[in-house]
Amino acid sequence: MTTLKTTPLHGAHQRAGAKLVDFAGWEMPLHYGSQMEEHKRVRESAGMFDVSHMQVVDIHGPQAQAFLRYLLANDVAKLKTEGRALYSCMLNEAGGVIDDLIIYWTGGDSYRAVVNAATAEGDIAHMQKVAEDFDVNVKPRPEFALIAIQGPQAVEKTLPLLPDDLRSAGDLKPFSAVWNDKWFVARTGYTGEDGFEVMLPAEQADGFWEKLKAAGVHPIGLGARDTLRLEAGMNLYGTDMDDQTNPLTANLGWTIALKDAERDFIGRAPIEQSKVEGVKERMVGLVLDGRGVLRGGTRIETEAGDGVVTSGSFSPSLGVSVAFARIPAGVEAEQLHADIRGRKLPVRVVKPVFVRNGEPQIDLPKN
Amino acid sequence: MSEAPKDLKYTKSHEWVRSEADGSVTVGITDHAQELLGDLVFVEAPEAGSSIEAGTACATVESVKAASDIYAPISGEVTAVNEDLADSPEKVNESPFEDGWLFKVKPSDAGELDALMDADAYAAHVEAES
Repeated sequence: MTTLKTTPLHGAHQRAGAKLVDFAGWEMPLHYGSQMEEHKRVRESAGMFDVSHMQVVDIHGPQAQAFLRYLLANDVAKLKTEGRALYSCMLNEAGGVIDDLIIYWTGGDSYRAVVNAATAEGDIAHMQKVAEDFDVNVKPRPEFALIAIQGPQAVEKTLPLLPDDLRSAGDLKPFSAVWNDKWFVARTGYTGEDGFEVMLPAEQADGFWEKLKAAGVHPIGLGARDTLRLEAGMNLYGTDMDDQTNPLTANLGWTIALKDAERDFIGRAPIEQSKVEGVKERMVGLVLDGRGVLRGGTRIETEAGDGVVTSGSFSPSLGVSVAFARIPAGVEAEQLHADIRGRKLPVRVVKPVFVRNGEPQIDLPKN
Repeated sequence: MSEAPKDLKYTKSHEWVRSEADGSVTVGITDHAQELLGDLVFVEAPEAGSSIEAGTACATVESVKAASDIYAPISGEVTAVNEDLADSPEKVNESPFEDGWLFKVKPSDAGELDALMDADAYAAHVEAES
């Protein structure tokens, strides 16, 4: 048995009676009692997530922008204001997704990326290899702890607890950050609610966590994190896409910046080719109004062949099951059938966004 | 540690059975089982009047996390199902041994009850599994 890595908040999770599980080699909280209650807390008030297993990577040097414009499928030249961020895929030569990440422009020739825990090691190796051809330095920053505070009350509850010089975080637009020499506060998240993601020195994490808790911000585990992001229509790397996935078949076309024809980036050629040829699959949202739960792997029947659920769960906010599914591209039917343990249940095809800022984004069956 | 009442019988697959005064038995899942499953969202019990056979899947409980089969602890005819669970499946989480019961059976062979575990044997079984 290998020893699991732990975050600076491991003690806090144990004190709170968390059910701890192995997540990508890290011992992380799945829930602290009830996943369902945690989910609802984030939609209705505020919750906090330990996401310290995610990896911060700083990119610095005269050619930082040129490097990132070649490394990433989205275009960092869009970042015109210091502190602004964008979501991007990092593609391989075949156009498959190595990882998805958020990249901040921290001014001058400096950028900061946050990448997934499960892929961090490979990501950094890839970045450093590509960086060999540029005058740039790629530096992992494992010394940070990361805490996401999310929900309609997240901002008001968090602001008074931030360092004095970062209270301006309250005025941040989405996908923007402020920082000092130790802390970094961004208005980002993975739940479809307002809130912050805070990077802070590991040794201050436990104290900040306890202050948030005292302010009424409840700890939330990875279980609710998954149902929240699914409802919000956000992909999960390794589940909804991986290094074999064409991002155009994973609802990620909007993140691929092809506008600047002069810009070469890794994976550009195969993506452009698949744009011309047309992709064979697309990702849709599904709603199961009946009793049953769509899960990853559930087979979806269409007139043009089978599709498959990539992420599916019961939606605690909506009281029905929702899912992302990859189906044959030409299928336009508004209703398909899911094969749930041998039973064929009707599912509605919808845009894959189910809840935003606490509000349902789909029509719900009347009870 | 989850509780396992002394007056019940248990299966290895984490169902419990209570012998009622009228000769029928009530079936549910244990506290340990509901803890493993997490928040339940749907319960599909067998229909009243149907026959079930000991050791075969006869119901499904579905949590946010996963779907799980329920195995009939005893053969017989289903005489009642817990209708409350249709709207409030969380009762299984909140009260697995009382309000969260799943269905009642009229056993075709009450002798099958003797093959089930008592609370101590079940506790040892849970211990060995974890």
